Amino acid sequence: MGKLKLKEHVITREWCKGCGICVHFCPKQVLELDDQDKVFAARREDCICCELCELRCPDLAIEIETEQGSE
Amino acid sequence: MAIKDYIRERFFPHIWCPGCGHGTVMNSLLRAIESLGMSKNEIVMVSGIGCSSRISGYVDFHTLHTIHGRALAFATGVKLSRPELNLIVPMGDGDALAIGGNHFIHAARRNIDITAIVMNNRIYGMTGGQFSPLSGYGTMATTAPYSNIDHAFDTVELAIAAGATFVARSTSYHVKQLSKILRDAILHEGFSVVEVLSQCPTYFGRKNRLGSAVDMMEQYKNDTTPIGSKAKKENPDLIERGIFVQKEMPEYCVEYDKIIEKAMKGN
Repeated sequence: MGKLKLKEHVITREWCKGCGICVHFCPKQVLELDDQDKVFAARREDCICCELCELRCPDLAIEIETEQGSE
Repeated sequence: MAIKDYIRERFFPHIWCPGCGHGTVMNSLLRAIESLGMSKNEIVMVSGIGCSSRISGYVDFHTLHTIHGRALAFATGVKLSRPELNLIVPMGDGDALAIGGNHFIHAARRNIDITAIVMNNRIYGMTGGQFSPLSGYGTMATTAPYSNIDHAFDTVELAIAAGATFVARSTSYHVKQLSKILRDAILHEGFSVVEVLSQCPTYFGRKNRLGSAVDMMEQYKNDTTPIGSKAKKENPDLIERGIFVQKEMPEYCVEYDKIIEKAMKGN
């Protein structure tokens, strides 16, 4: 059993209001807001799957989907 | 179940402003409920009026959106008639402690098994930013343009004094702690009060020049401390968070059943 690995940042764009809470509190600065003030994973390879964005999002607009790592 | 199975997706995106802490409180509550593996059918959410009370429209439990300040009274009725259900009553600071102040202290005194969540954003958001009993001395509001001279209640002290048997506080920044506290509060048999400091960037934040939702959450991080910490001794202005009271006392519905039994015997 390897450790949890990121599969995808599942973002519901229509629900995101661009408050920037996830962007600011991400410990690895993975997230950014695009030109329409919607969140996207700008540096997905840096994500450590701590899920703090998902836990703090007031709009339930971001989810961290993980999978089991190979080792 | 995933937390999205507990919501009514057709009503999303919700009406709360960008960065409103109430969304995060809902998020943490859903996670607490999910971690308990509860079914949607065993939960009744009763809310009153205000921004916070809109939560009952978004969660897919049995929900009642009732009248201002009286959510606890409605919840008491539901609980007494169906004691096997879990009652959750989210309220705003004004809803819980101004309009519903009397219901609040008496529900606490009876120790009825209800989980009351006070989503404290220190203002009446829905009606345009009037000061509430939790705004505090010196704060600004639409109705206090030269600053507020009312002193605030301390929700935790008030709940303890009124007899609540589970009293806790957390913030919309401390989501892991918040979720755990809400879980404990739901499991507690008796009246539980959880105060959650929840930012209102639109009114309280703007009137008091506190910056964005992110800035206000940074303040929750910096201005709060775990109960009994060393930091609190050095800086008494810090707001404590954690579980203040958790004790066993006879629960109201259980006591009421005993009275029914006694009366049926006719003596």
